[in-house]
Amino acid sequence: MRSARAAAVLAGLAVAVAACGNAPTTTQPTTSSSAATGGGAKTLEGVKLEVAAKWTGDEQKNFEQVLKAFSEKTGAVVTYASTGEDTGAYLGPRIQGGSPPDVAILPQPGLVQQYAEQNALKPLTDAVTKQIDDNYTPYWKELGSADGKVYGVLVKAAHKSLVWYQAKAFEDAGVQPPATWDELVKASQTIADSGTPPFSFCGASGWTLTDLFENVYLSSAGPEKYDQLAKHEIPWTDPSVATALEKIAQIAGKKEFVADGNSGALQTDFPTCVTKVFGQKKAAMVIEADFVATPVVQAGAKVGEDAKYFPFPKAGDTAPVVLGGDVAVAMKDSPGAMALLEFLASKEGGEVWAKLPGYLSPNKNVSPDNYPDDLTKQLGKTIVEAGDAVRYDMSDLAPSAFGGTDGKGEWKVLQDFLRDPSDVKGAQEALEAEAKKAWK
Amino acid sequence: MTERLDGPVAPREGSDSRGDSPGPADTPHKKLRLGPSPAVALAFLLPAALLLGVWVVYPIVFSIFRSLFDAAGTGFVGLGNYVTIFTDGGMLTTIRNNLIWVVVAPIVITTLGLIFAVLTERIRWATAFKLIVFMPMAVSLMAAGVIFRLVYDEDPDKGVANAVLTTINDTFSSSQGYPEARAREGDQSPVAAQGGAVVTKQPVQTGRPVLIPIVGVKPAVMPADAQPAKTPQGGDELAGTVWFDFTPGGGGQSNAVDATEKGLPGMTVEAVGSDGQVAATATTADDGSFRFEGLAAGSYVVRLPQSNFEAAYNGLTWLGPTLITPAIIGAFVWVWAGFAMVLIAAGLAAIPRDALEAARIDGATEWQVFRKITVPLLSPVLLVVFVTMIINTLKVFDLVFIIAPSSVQPEANVVALEMWRVSFGGGNNQGLGSALAIFLLILVLPFMIMNIRRFRRENA
Repeated sequence: MRSARAAAVLAGLAVAVAACGNAPTTTQPTTSSSAATGGGAKTLEGVKLEVAAKWTGDEQKNFEQVLKAFSEKTGAVVTYASTGEDTGAYLGPRIQGGSPPDVAILPQPGLVQQYAEQNALKPLTDAVTKQIDDNYTPYWKELGSADGKVYGVLVKAAHKSLVWYQAKAFEDAGVQPPATWDELVKASQTIADSGTPPFSFCGASGWTLTDLFENVYLSSAGPEKYDQLAKHEIPWTDPSVATALEKIAQIAGKKEFVADGNSGALQTDFPTCVTKVFGQKKAAMVIEADFVATPVVQAGAKVGEDAKYFPFPKAGDTAPVVLGGDVAVAMKDSPGAMALLEFLASKEGGEVWAKLPGYLSPNKNVSPDNYPDDLTKQLGKTIVEAGDAVRYDMSDLAPSAFGGTDGKGEWKVLQDFLRDPSDVKGAQEALEAEAKKAWK
Repeated sequence: MTERLDGPVAPREGSDSRGDSPGPADTPHKKLRLGPSPAVALAFLLPAALLLGVWVVYPIVFSIFRSLFDAAGTGFVGLGNYVTIFTDGGMLTTIRNNLIWVVVAPIVITTLGLIFAVLTERIRWATAFKLIVFMPMAVSLMAAGVIFRLVYDEDPDKGVANAVLTTINDTFSSSQGYPEARAREGDQSPVAAQGGAVVTKQPVQTGRPVLIPIVGVKPAVMPADAQPAKTPQGGDELAGTVWFDFTPGGGGQSNAVDATEKGLPGMTVEAVGSDGQVAATATTADDGSFRFEGLAAGSYVVRLPQSNFEAAYNGLTWLGPTLITPAIIGAFVWVWAGFAMVLIAAGLAAIPRDALEAARIDGATEWQVFRKITVPLLSPVLLVVFVTMIINTLKVFDLVFIIAPSSVQPEANVVALEMWRVSFGGGNNQGLGSALAIFLLILVLPFMIMNIRRFRRENA
């Protein structure tokens, strides 16, 4: 296939074109043919399973190790298929064609509702639900449910309220990690004065901009308004949105604050923006989630020494904790699919995964001690401890036409806003117009 | 496409009753039936008809049917999806872009192809040249897109387009100053920015050192020979210091020369008199100090002209919203110009030489020969190339999808891409997608018919 080849070419040239990795890059089955140890009965010997998720590279390798552990335990043969950035675009035709993967890992809970409506999902069996009740707080269970039925297990969490910084740039400028928004703006000015642009924005990847907005909004408007806006119960023309956008304009509106200028930032995707900070050292900070650690290491920097992070500064009364996460669902009614979901939801499966880098578990029984490094341990604790105060990524809760599509909805409007951060009112009106279309 | 199917079929049905003159079986106008019986003919036609039916006719009919329903495929919306196409702002941009494509790309490609074809007739190594121009045809559009994504990269170190522009620019003017450096802001600061230049807020007197604090100097542009800044003392001339008012590691006082802060050598400093004229010019030393020798006593405004701060030219934002469509059309031309050239060159070779020679003997200039003889004789080929290109541009998808970064994809959008985006790329509205597909089909159809007509006429 042409697109399959192109995907390979793209990967080779490291021109990460979002939404272009739709080609199924199916990997070799992680067979259990290896001399399997473990005394447990291999109940699923000979069963074949296909799992589709958007992970590539190291994330994929780590997940395949988890799948291998499952294979060794049960004897099932699991194949991994990468959906590319746009999971909906990959799964849609496969659902229509009547051959979905056994298990799909959806990057947005919004998709759980969407597919549940299309009857594309199978409700979880009691065994899996029991694992969820044992290991998760009700908030997470709620996220994987639709119409009162539980369909999904949140298998992987992402901590999105972090600001990563280049330790040397902070040292050179003589600034400390800020705790409030005003301090952040002040520190940014000092860093800019020292000759380094403070921020590297990943403008080409719209979701990084929605993450930024959500942190500022949750912090400045509070969790209640956050929930209302997430459900579009208050319009985007609300003054609280204006406040949040104005705050963003404080850091995005000064040309010496933005590495490569605003138009350059709009052509910078994730993870190139991370490389700009930690590889090319062209900027001091990048605002993104815990998974920034992976590109940081690829850029040749050491997490904890060259690359550090601080919690997203308080832009209001609330210290924001915004999480993202991936929900595993069953698309075929096979015992293998349910067994895999049960394994992923279990303490056992979570701990296998937790020992690998770049993973955070929302499972409360997976002890943070399992994580390979101190930074992840701290993050794991904050997620488990934050409990009810945590909010899920707003754009991922929205209909995907608004909050999850390249070049459309919120992504597009916030990109336009980054291009011209002075037009707060225009951005609000555009957001409201897009939201009206998506929520009708 | 269906027309071609009908073409051969219709005459055959009428041919069996007559049959007076013998002729080759493949000329349908001959009356005699030499071929097999209708049943056998039908049997032979069946596979092709079946394939066309399954792969062409059925999808088209189903698309038309599907385009009348909503996203879920259950609610009948009539022509609602078509109304959306012509009312939605994003869709209108898409249609506008397609118009630009259809008008610009075929003309440019046909013209370039004609120029190449005519010129290659005259040069040695024509085959080598043709081979090179034709080479992009061997590259898939997808790969061409990846290549051009890199060509148009904004960073001149990566993108060839901007590397060329910056190289040309640097040949004529070179920036040796301190790009992006600026005056320290704030009320305490003795200087302020004024239209790109930095000026002292208050007129300064001779005999008192002038302090000009500058911030935001990039480490890369800081000269290696810069010395710690010094304030010149003594003398009744106008003197002062331009320095980088930032102590590495923090600390240090703003607007005051601290021990570790360095001067900025090589800055041009102007003393502007009260009449607005530049009274004297000086250049800063390694420690950032400057002194206007022999300047009359009085009060002056000290100015660092804009030339000190001019940012290095970094080329154009090819992949920004303004230039994206022309940039992608450029890539498209790169791919197809060779194809046009080869077709036109073949046509050129078939032109009767005597007509050209006759014209030349009659005293026509080369331009007249080209204009009045070559082009008219070539017009059938030119038209084929032109129409083929129109069809190709209407269907363009890959290049736009790959080259445009997602932040500008809506500005670069074309109908074929929008069709994919609304159907599968997150929109999941296959009703609207089908409507777009039908819209595209209707756009392509006239040119298809035109092409088929031409083929028929040529065969007749």
